[in-house]
Amino acid sequence: MTLNFTKTAVAAVLSLAIATPVMAANPAVKARQSLMQLYLFNIAQLGGMAKGKIPYDAKVATVAANNLKTLATVDQAAMWPAGTDSDTMFGETRALPAIWATYPEVEQKADALIKATEAMAAAAGTDLESLRGAMGGLGGACGGCHKKFRAPE
Amino acid sequence: MKRKTVIKSALVAGLLGFGAFWLLTLPKTVAPSEVANLTGSASKGALVFAAAGCSSCHSAKDGDPLVLSGGRAFASDFGTFYAPNISPDPENGLGRWTLAEFATAVTKGVSPKRQHYFPAFPYTTYQNMELADVADLFAYLKTLPVSTTPDRSHDVGFPFSIRRTLGLWKRLFMPDGFHLPDENLTSAEKRGRYLVEAMGHCTECHTPRNFLGGLKLDRWLAGGPNPDGKGKIPNITPHADGIGSWQEIDIVTYLNSGFTPEYDSAGGAMAEVVENMKQLPEDDLKAIAAYLAKIEPKAN
Repeated sequence: MTLNFTKTAVAAVLSLAIATPVMAANPAVKARQSLMQLYLFNIAQLGGMAKGKIPYDAKVATVAANNLKTLATVDQAAMWPAGTDSDTMFGETRALPAIWATYPEVEQKADALIKATEAMAAAAGTDLESLRGAMGGLGGACGGCHKKFRAPE
Repeated sequence: MKRKTVIKSALVAGLLGFGAFWLLTLPKTVAPSEVANLTGSASKGALVFAAAGCSSCHSAKDGDPLVLSGGRAFASDFGTFYAPNISPDPENGLGRWTLAEFATAVTKGVSPKRQHYFPAFPYTTYQNMELADVADLFAYLKTLPVSTTPDRSHDVGFPFSIRRTLGLWKRLFMPDGFHLPDENLTSAEKRGRYLVEAMGHCTECHTPRNFLGGLKLDRWLAGGPNPDGKGKIPNITPHADGIGSWQEIDIVTYLNSGFTPEYDSAGGAMAEVVENMKQLPEDDLKAIAAYLAKIEPKAN
């Protein structure tokens, strides 16, 4: 009985710990960070092939690249409400106030990302060399935004 | 009588002290004869320009990376520094400089007017550059667009506002030569050392500094607080706290695309470094990876 109680208590505490992930509480911040995770997951497949850590597969590469192309065109307007920058919500987001202060500059960066994902979608299924060739442009588009608009860790 | 002697000795001591300060802080120069037989190649200089990361400081923020108009602000514990115009403009840039003056600026940190530059300009790294590379870089800079933007003076407090004191700083914190010793280095490791310790100046951010702004050499590339304010600079030694788990291909990929092994991407100043590094041949990026593997691993 006592043992059962202890077991239940331990299980309850554990599930509580598991159910409390380190994630932003603000739903808009959570949404845009989730979108970033989706980018990352798909880029990882392409990057793994480019590095030779995953065998090249034209189909898998095309799917990942097309996903990126779709993700890049998601309308994020509602995910960036005022007051969700790294100064106001320090520790929860690394989105610099410059995003809002220099708007619509960030839109140009988003357009550059769409172009880079289109180039990747055209290259990924061709062959490994083409995929490799498009990685730099994709990385450049990520860096183009992170350079000015993301705070260091 | 006794008082006179005291005053006299004080004066003598003062003069000696001043003389010693004067001698110890004398700006060093590259003599014209040292560069007399060098003819720079602008095409080779383009690679030196990328490897040394000149544009990341000397271009205007958000401006054309090849217009070196200066003006970017660099905040530090010692004040705010503003990058100067190094475009080939004769009035506001380096259009009238000689190669010896340019080499003196880059490798000795001394201006054509024989003033010490502040070490926000990483001559502490560039001092290791071959003069032939400096000549190539100079030839390349001369081909870039002219900008007439005048320089903005730095906003620095005492005692560093007296430039001469920087001569002492250099004596304390600008050791000669490379940090990683020569012994048993392969040619790739040596090339990597040259790219990092003579041109890329990774250590200027990735090695923490003491209260006078000198590098803590026993923490070489081990990361620390961001000198520019917020956040921290990562440890890039081959330790578990650093990039010990990164393979050569991971470092090469990071430097030419900005993607970490987890496919996060470089941001801030490092995104600009990636823009420079991706212009280098892949063998050079492999050389940097080879060099980083030789660095003493340090925990955070």
